[in-house]
This record gives sequence, C-alpha cells and structure tokens, in this order.
Amino acid sequence: MVRQLALLLLLAGPVSTGPGFAAPDAPRRVVSINLCTDQLAILLAAPGQLISVSDLAQDPRSSTMVEAAMAYPANQGQAEEVYLMKPDLVLAGAYTARATVSMLERLGIRVVTFPPASSIAEVRQGMIEMGRALGREAAAQAMLEAFDARLERLPPAPSQRPTAATFAANGYASGSRSLAGEIIERAGYHHLAEDLGMPMGGFLPLEALIMADPDLVIAGDPYPGASRAEEVLHHPALAALTGGQTVLEENDWVCGLPALLDATERLAATRKWGAP
Amino acid sequence: MSFARLLTLLAVLVALLFLVSLVTGVAAAGPGESLRALVFGDGGPLTLVMREIRLPRALLAVMVGVSLGLSGAAMQGLLRNPLAEPGLIGVSASAALGAVLALQTGFAAAFTLALPFSALAGALAGVLLILLLAGRSGGALALILAGVALSALAAAMTSLVLNLSPNPFAANEIVFWMMGSLADRSFAHVWIALPIMAAGWLALARTGRGLEALTLGEDAAAAMGTDLRRLRLLVVTGVAASVGAATAVAGAVGFVGLVVPHLLRGAVGGRPSRLLPAAALGGAALVLAADIGVRVILPGRDLKLGVLMALVGAPVFLHLIWRMRGQT
Repeated sequence: MVRQLALLLLLAGPVSTGPGFAAPDAPRRVVSINLCTDQLAILLAAPGQLISVSDLAQDPRSSTMVEAAMAYPANQGQAEEVYLMKPDLVLAGAYTARATVSMLERLGIRVVTFPPASSIAEVRQGMIEMGRALGREAAAQAMLEAFDARLERLPPAPSQRPTAATFAANGYASGSRSLAGEIIERAGYHHLAEDLGMPMGGFLPLEALIMADPDLVIAGDPYPGASRAEEVLHHPALAALTGGQTVLEENDWVCGLPALLDATERLAATRKWGAP
Repeated sequence: MSFARLLTLLAVLVALLFLVSLVTGVAAAGPGESLRALVFGDGGPLTLVMREIRLPRALLAVMVGVSLGLSGAAMQGLLRNPLAEPGLIGVSASAALGAVLALQTGFAAAFTLALPFSALAGALAGVLLILLLAGRSGGALALILAGVALSALAAAMTSLVLNLSPNPFAANEIVFWMMGSLADRSFAHVWIALPIMAAGWLALARTGRGLEALTLGEDAAAAMGTDLRRLRLLVVTGVAASVGAATAVAGAVGFVGLVVPHLLRGAVGGRPSRLLPAAALGGAALVLAADIGVRVILPGRDLKLGVLMALVGAPVFLHLIWRMRGQT
C-alpha cells in the first residue's frame, strides 16, 4: 500500500507539494534571487525550507508558477534585503546580479549559483545540483525520472523534418546550440539557424528570414505597451510567408524546468497539422 | 547651370539612388533578378522581400528626404537663418515626443492616422515655441540656444516616457527616436505618413513667392503685398505636418534640412522659391544615399541613419558656425 502510494506520487510528477524532509544538515532558510532558481527551488524544496523567491517568479509575464510563487514573500534581489532575511543559503543565477552575490559572500552567506541551461543535459544537471544544494536529492531524483519519462514519450521525429525558426523582438533568433534549439529539434523540427550558420543565435534580418521561407515561425508572446522592437513581428511580409506561424509563451522555455516539456509537446502537436 | 538642368540632374540622381536602394540588402540575389521579381512577381520569397520590405523602405527614404529638405529650406527662408533646421532646433525631437506619447498611451491605435497626427502636434508645438523664442528679431545665437533647450527637453521627455513603459524593449528605442532608421518598415508606414506629408508639401510649395519677398526684409515684403501672417502660417503648418509624419515612421533624422539647402543654395542663386524644389529632391537623394550606406556598412544590423547624417552634417554645421563667427 505504501509502495503503491509512493509510486503514485512518483507518477504524479514532482513531489514538492507532498510532505517531505530535507537531510538533517540541509539549509533551513533558503532565499532565491533568480527567476530560474526560484521555480526549481519551489518544485524541490521541503515545506518551510524556502523562505523567499524573487518578484519575477510572481510575474505572469516571466514565470510559469505564479500561483505557487505567491505563497512566498518576494524579494527584489538586493543584497541588503536578502541579508536581513538571515538566509543560510542563497540561490542565484551564474551571470546575473554579480555584485549582489559577491556582497552576500563577503557577508559570510553561502551562495550557490546556477548557470542558465543551454541544453536538455544541462537542465537535468541543474535539477541534480538543486537537489544537492537543498539536501533534497531524493526529490530531485524523482523529478529527473519523471522528466526523462516524459521526454521519452515525445512523438518520434518524421524522416522529413519541417524547418522552424524562432523570431523574437528586434529579429532575435535562437541558435541551434541553445535550449530553444534543442527543444525545436526534440519537437521534430529542423532548426533554420543551422542552415544560416548561426549556431549561437543572433539577430536575423527580416529579409534573410523571408528568403529562407521556413515551415514554421515561432514568435514570442508580445509584452504590453508598444515597442518598435516587437513591431517587426507584425510586418506584413512575415504574415505573407507560406509556412505556418505560432506564438509560444516564452516563460515556458527560458528556464531549465520540467515546464519546458509543455512547450516541446505543444510544438510537436503543431507539427501534426502544420507540416507540409 | 540653368535651374531646369539642375532639377533634371537631381531627379535623375534620385531615380538612380532609388534603384540602388531597391537592390541593396542582405538577401543574396542579383540586381536584375531582384528587379524582375519586383515587377513581374513569381510568388516566391524574393518577390515578397522586394515588394513588402525593399520597396516601402526606398519609398519612405524619398518621402522622408523630401519632407526634411523642404522643411529646412522653408524654415531657413522664413527665419533668414541658415541654421534653422528641424533636427537642430528641436522640431524633430518634439515630433518624436508626440509619436512616443501616442504609442505608449495606446492613442496610436485609436484610428489609422492617430500616430502621424500626434507627431504633427508635437512638431507644431516645437515650431511655435521656436518662433516665439527666436522668431522675429532673434539672431543665430537665440535660435540655436532655443533649439538646444527644446531638443534637450523633448529628448528627456521621450526618454522618460520610454523608461516608464511596461514593455522591456521600449527603453532601448530611445536611440531609434533620436537617430532615426528605416529598417523593416512596411507599406503600412508609407500609407499612414503619405497623406499628412503630402499636405505639408503642398503648404510649403506655396511659400516660394512669399519667401522670395522676405529676402528683402519684413517691411519691404509687407510693402510688396506679401501677407506675412499667412506666410508664417503656411511654413509652420507645412513644417509640422511633413516633419511630424516623417518622424512618426522613421524617427528623428537630423541634418538633412541643414546640409541640402547649404549645398544647393549657390546653384539656385540664393533664391528661396527655387531652393524649395531643389532641396526637396536633394533631401530625397541624401536620405536614400544614407539609407544605402547603413546597409552597406553594417548589413543586417540596423545602423541608425543619424550616424551617417551626423558624419556628413556636423562638418557642414561647423563650417556655417565658423563663417558666421567671421561676420559678427
């Protein structure tokens, strides 16, 4: 009976909502100041272990877990306010808030930084490392197994892959050697950036995109308020392309979270009707 | 050179640059192939690029150039001061403020021409302020000081509005509104700008005789039967409409109205009525050339028009200041 319950919990996905216990020497007051570590920590932390997340995690424009994040007090990622929360562990991104991180370290607080995931392998690595930092290795292992199982269940790629390109504000296109690139490949598409020699991504002139004529253009979700940077996404030439277009909410796949599989599954589903 | 020959020469230059502009871009296709795709259309991507990206871009370059060239010539005639240029004296910056306010408040989406009208309102406020501060008797110094103040104020307000926007990209667009660009514009921009610009051109085209009389001084012009109030009204509304509409779609492009009349004034014998059409064509040629330049220097990277304009315009500006220093 207990085994069956455990199995059910495992199948239900991450076990964060259920009761759980951190290892005895695990940190007890954890503050996260980065959108991606926020969400991973919410999924993995034991009840009461995480005491604050960044305000971005509560912003529906960037976070996939607004409701869960609302349960925590928000911080703005300033060293001063984080220090006053008396954390014994701070979770931060590797390239953001460098000044804050070094200040906290000078004040004697343990900081663990996580690089942004640029591949599925790094997403898996991030889950393991977060489990280790929080003393929640078992929960991380369960999340990893559920993630792998879902990855396994993705529909197989067709022999003739349709081409897809991302096209965001200012004409920014993700590269094939990026998390977005790997998600596109896993969803059964061929990444246009590979043909154009942009493995690391970059600014793609609208003309070059039109000439390449991809089967699918994946645009980001526009922000409120006007910007000329996003105006290019409404250019008539883009609408006149022969291929399909889809809008993908960017918060699904900016972070190395299980939620990126939602984006992958939606993309794969688009292929069923969208492929020529 | 006769006046007719000068105009023909300028028109040929504009036509040539227009063709070069059409065949300049990152898409790898020969000029002949590109133009065939433009005219006959094969339904392929090249036709799409030519008709929806390159053609509106080249047309906008001509329209913006005509607007700025005409406005520079007319304002210089009215104020009898070769430094009166929409970009330098803050009229373009005020137009940009009007456009940014309309875009960020959502008013731009209220009706089709809301964006250029808002830029027109901004430009109008700018021109009126300049006339008030440095119009009648003010010399070059008063004009430039008033222009610097107005430019700084309008630019600061524009930056403030863009920084307050909920859109994270908006703050990066300060540089577009200050320096101008024609990258990735579409026919939608041509259609919203054209009616207001054309109205401005018509108003400015009717100022030739009045400006001619004004070269003799205000009293003499009035004695010759020139209605000075009507002349002022025509110049103010014409400049506001053409600069406003140009700025709404291309940002503030500076120096065109300074460089072009300066280069052509000698060729037309210093006559304002002849300078107007020549400056219109010259402006079109200069903006087309600059827009070709930004695409050749940094393909696909949206180098701003203002960068090239300042490279050409600043030396002309300094030269004018130098000459004036000698006079006073």
